[in-house]
Amino acid sequence: MPCIVAGMSVGFALLGLLESGPCHGYDLKRSYDEQFGHGRALHYGQVYATLARLLKNGLVEVESEPGEGPDRKRYAITEAGVTDVDRWLTRPEKPEPYLQSTLYTKVVLALLTGRDAADLLDTQRGEHLRLMRELTQRKSEGDLADQLICDHALFHLEADLRWLELTAARLEQLRDRVRRNT
Amino acid sequence: MRRHPNLGPPLLVAENLVKSFGPTPALDGASLQVYAGEVLALMGPSGSGKSTLLHCLAGIVTPDSGTVSYDGRDMAAMSDAQRSALRRTEFGFVFQFGQLVPELTCLENVVLPLRLAGVRRREAARRAAGLLERLEVADVADKRPGQASGGQGQRVAVARALVTRPRVIFADEPTGALDSLNGERVMHLFIAAARETGAAVVLVTHEARIAAYSDREAVIRDGRVREQEYAR
Repeated sequence: MPCIVAGMSVGFALLGLLESGPCHGYDLKRSYDEQFGHGRALHYGQVYATLARLLKNGLVEVESEPGEGPDRKRYAITEAGVTDVDRWLTRPEKPEPYLQSTLYTKVVLALLTGRDAADLLDTQRGEHLRLMRELTQRKSEGDLADQLICDHALFHLEADLRWLELTAARLEQLRDRVRRNT
Repeated sequence: MRRHPNLGPPLLVAENLVKSFGPTPALDGASLQVYAGEVLALMGPSGSGKSTLLHCLAGIVTPDSGTVSYDGRDMAAMSDAQRSALRRTEFGFVFQFGQLVPELTCLENVVLPLRLAGVRRREAARRAAGLLERLEVADVADKRPGQASGGQGQRVAVARALVTRPRVIFADEPTGALDSLNGERVMHLFIAAARETGAAVVLVTHEARIAAYSDREAVIRDGRVREQEYAR
């Protein structure tokens, strides 16, 4: 099974996990694997590379402990980091096929950090429907080729939307599962 | 978001509707505004209260509390006879199944609401036949609904709802039993009615592709409405 969190989302996922408190890189990797790994753990290299990037951008800070090596560092999220996670979670994704990995990560993070996951799903739903309206409009003005191309996109978006609705209906269940993993 | 064609006062206003069937409220403080000339999709999970809201807006169901006003008039203050007259002359209804009288021909089904509204037989038949022609179902005019296909039957049902030129068309899952192509045809008919006659179309649907034909949507969750506002 492929890793469910797409590249860009790993940074946000780590930041979101840090919201519950400062963490060593090793523990952070373990939390990440439990929530999002699904049989495919994150490499240490990727964890530390991502943390280095977050540190450089001022989204995390390091609390050093006496001793040597990377595991002597505890990472804490900064205020700018919280704002960044907030912005990412509230901004709907551009609707496109195979978006589920990013959306799943957003929903789990919202549940983990006590944000409104239902609201996140509603906002995304609105964004999907907005694009579907645009395509429906384009379809009614276009020729048969346009209609068929728009229909293809519409059916895919509709499948996404059904996933959003099903997830909204299962939020309580998902909240319980996510909390059991922490 | 599409701009509303006419940002005049709302035609239908529901405020703070509460309605229970048994211990669980189907509506729990639902508010909504419907404008003339718009196609509004009511969406939400099964059991969210969207059909109950539609029935309250149409005066079929009386809410336990809250108000519905149509064209500035409180529906609760009307007599049963006034509400029935409103439903007959100002409102049109389309449902998913079983709305045509099986013993009558398709043409007679479309004639029926006109006759109830006092239109003379010959004039009613002329208008009904003209509408069936326009909706491309003239060939089933003399057949009974059971002899027409699902798509044809639903277009006849739409003709029956439109024939009195209602100001509000209520449609509850009108495309639910149709394939994609017939569903699209039905939606084009509703949009044409809204654009040409200025009717408001209130559409309950669980299909996003159908809701995408609407001008805006209202999502009902746990008996409350999250209404999409128009860009002004």
